[in-house]
Amino acid sequence: MTKEHGSAWPDAPLIFERSRAGRRAGRPPRPDLPVPELPSAVRRVTPPRLPEVSEPELVRHFTTLADRTFGVDTGFYPLGSCTMKHNPRVHERLAGLPGFRDLHPHQEDEGAQGALELMWQLQSMLAEIAGLPAVTLQPAAGSQGELTGLMLMRAYFADRGEERDTIITADTAHGTNPASVTMAGYKLERVETDARGNLDLDDLRGKVNERTAGLMLTNPSTLGLFDEGIEDVAAIFHDAGALLYYDGANLNAVVGISRPGDMGFDIVHYNLHKTFSQPHGGGGPGGGPVAVRERLEPFLPVPRVVQDGDVYRLDSDHPKTIGRVRGFAGPFGVFVRSYAFMRAYGPGLREMSEVAVLNANYLLARLKDVYDLPYDRLCMHEFVLSARNLKRAHGITALDVAKRLMDYGIHPPTIYFPLVVSEALMIEPTETEPKERLDEFVEAMRKLAEEAAESPELLKEAPRVRPVRRLDEVRAAKQPVLRYHFDEHPALVG
Amino acid sequence: MSYLSLTDADREEMLAAIGVSNVEELFEQVPAGVRLDRELDVPPALGEAELVRHIEELAARNVHTGAELSFLGAGIYDHYVPSVVDVILSRGEFLTAYTPYQPEMSQGVLQAIFEYQTVICELTGMDVSNASGYDGMTVAADACFVAKHAVPDRKKIVLAETLNPQVRQVVKTYAPGFGLEVVEVPQRGGTTDPASLGAAAEDAAAVLFQQPNFLGCLEPAPELAEAANEAGALAIAHVDPMSLGVLEAPGAYGCDMAIGEGQSAGNWPSYGGPHYGFLAARKDFIRRMPGRIVGETVDLDGKRAFVLTLQTREQHIRREKATSNITTNQTLLALAGLATLSWLGPQGLREVGETCLSLAQYARERLPLEPAFDAPAFKEVAFRTPIPAREAMKRARERGVHPGYALGRDYEGMDDVLLVALTEKRSVEDVDRLAEVLEEVCS
Repeated sequence: MTKEHGSAWPDAPLIFERSRAGRRAGRPPRPDLPVPELPSAVRRVTPPRLPEVSEPELVRHFTTLADRTFGVDTGFYPLGSCTMKHNPRVHERLAGLPGFRDLHPHQEDEGAQGALELMWQLQSMLAEIAGLPAVTLQPAAGSQGELTGLMLMRAYFADRGEERDTIITADTAHGTNPASVTMAGYKLERVETDARGNLDLDDLRGKVNERTAGLMLTNPSTLGLFDEGIEDVAAIFHDAGALLYYDGANLNAVVGISRPGDMGFDIVHYNLHKTFSQPHGGGGPGGGPVAVRERLEPFLPVPRVVQDGDVYRLDSDHPKTIGRVRGFAGPFGVFVRSYAFMRAYGPGLREMSEVAVLNANYLLARLKDVYDLPYDRLCMHEFVLSARNLKRAHGITALDVAKRLMDYGIHPPTIYFPLVVSEALMIEPTETEPKERLDEFVEAMRKLAEEAAESPELLKEAPRVRPVRRLDEVRAAKQPVLRYHFDEHPALVG
Repeated sequence: MSYLSLTDADREEMLAAIGVSNVEELFEQVPAGVRLDRELDVPPALGEAELVRHIEELAARNVHTGAELSFLGAGIYDHYVPSVVDVILSRGEFLTAYTPYQPEMSQGVLQAIFEYQTVICELTGMDVSNASGYDGMTVAADACFVAKHAVPDRKKIVLAETLNPQVRQVVKTYAPGFGLEVVEVPQRGGTTDPASLGAAAEDAAAVLFQQPNFLGCLEPAPELAEAANEAGALAIAHVDPMSLGVLEAPGAYGCDMAIGEGQSAGNWPSYGGPHYGFLAARKDFIRRMPGRIVGETVDLDGKRAFVLTLQTREQHIRREKATSNITTNQTLLALAGLATLSWLGPQGLREVGETCLSLAQYARERLPLEPAFDAPAFKEVAFRTPIPAREAMKRARERGVHPGYALGRDYEGMDDVLLVALTEKRSVEDVDRLAEVLEEVCS
């Protein structure tokens, strides 16, 4: 059943609306020293209108905002391609140890041996999982890992004196792939998906040539399907002297089962915030390490973590490096969490992927008779349904389905992606969900299909139980209000 | 240990519902030639208690800022992180939500980002801020991508040499893909000469400088911005949020964009991350901004609500024509920034700035070393050491004091220059202790 309509959500004023002139929380130390006068050219004239709140009001404010946010801790969150799994709380305790949290990144290597060893061990485990020997932990997120991978291709071909200017992506690719291609200065070519959801090999053969630098591919794809022709795909690129890049967004399907390096990929990025349980944090932080084959190793970003006997150090002495892509050696706090996650599972990481795939296939089996299934195969860790049958029969769209799920206390799946499926609903349950939650989702989705026929207004008017109803998104884009404007609230100006 | 939830009975029922007899059958779509036919070669599984013991041992091998008296800065600063930050960030709703694609499920985090954008605009004097970038280095590359499209006929970026070396390195890594050339303007006496900067900017799309700069000196920032503007280049200032209670906002002296490392406001040093970078701009650049942006709108009942907006700039709509490839950013770290700056308020931020200024001045007078530069400082002061700075550091660390950053790591001719950072967490007594130790090790 859905929750009762009209449940009371307290008002959530902006923190600036809670402000009162002269009110404050923190009081920084004030040593008994004179404050030197700054040159007038650089001295601040108008103070920033930061919030002026007491600590109790500050805590209440953010508690109200937390209450109005839905996380994995709140309930089922089958957001496809995002791998919204449980985030073990021991990770937060470990990342907060003073030896990590208060460690300055310019600390000398001998004062950071524990951190460097952790990074070295993490690199080693990631290398084993990818089946590729060399890893950089530096990239800050998956999309930066992609860009790093493309920069590695550029450097590699420049070093060989080869001029290649085109990257091929699948029509099912995440939007980050083409965006990264442009940022790396490459041209883009798109290859089609065949009727089984694999890359169309004929289309591919016609597009790969001596101008092709490489392929960017997610495998399993964003359709949740493993590319059954992956060995042929790899051969087509390698025969043309090109490289293969593995977008690790869907790695959660294959850890310990199939390794990208063994599939033929030369460069791989991981999403530590997806597969290896860095909490998503409302949109970050993430971590996007990259692994490569031997021939690409000289080009990896610096600094790199290396082992000399019993000692670990940061090493920047790599003349062919592409350079630095982010500050320091990477988002270290993310590494602590992912390292802890991998050490907890050990070789049992394979079971993690098996259960992720089992959970997805169970949902698929129980839903495919009520929603359209564009590619009728077993899936991997996620699958894509289409609401086009509901649209045809009742005018109900994927968006309506998503909004109605909210009334059942479930976060909607990813919708309208991948682009090759109309009215797409991309569903990824992850391995950490118990069967009861999966069953509740199945019941909600089936009930909702009945509602589409019997009382479509329930879907069209959804959601009803959230703090707000559907939004005027066109207005947000046409008349952008991107910050609080104090002048509309003169009484509150401090 | 695992975090799985299925019982054996669950598995049997589920396999039956799928119509397969075991899990292996689910993987038949994976060609035999690419399957891993052995166990992963990784260390054995650990239970939670063993895991904690193992990782605590690793943490204990690091010398953190609480274990030695530290004056390290050089881009990452040991400012006080208020307790409310830990409390707010540990709320599972913030910690375990993803990017707020479904606004009705995510009003809280959307509102927090809107408030963060407002705070960044207020600090920098800009009209618009994005929802955060990866760190203070990558936002510089993002800003160059904006400049490339905003000033399309120019293919050059000018960097002041006094800009954080890691920022310059990241810009140089990204620039070839953008089709941009990078030139650097040398420092003179610790700061940047506006005339030299202006000359280099003649055919440049943008100029990047840092205030206070990496050497600890206050730049003649308004003159640098003016020189860039007169040359027809965008002026981009890299600023420290904790300085902006006492230092002028870049928007007030003619900058087009303001970027920076947010770590000093609300994030632990954490060996380099995760932190957040901020990027704010004049309103002319709204539709060229990289990354997520939250806007205000109304719902069907006319109630105020927040939503990710201007998404036609973004990769999932525009794909290869997007203004950047960012999806995951640093929301949780930016939330820490919002909470910290709200906890401080305008008065607290000014007081932090004044404490930094006064401690820096005290260090200048108290330490037995000559300041390397004459320019005024904010919270970092560069000193000449009579022995190589790295040697002074090594000897001081043997006495339990980390005296600062050896600038010879990045600048030729500065092997005898030590950069000492003073945040409000350091006291007069701490500076006295540093003076004693430097007296011992430098004589």
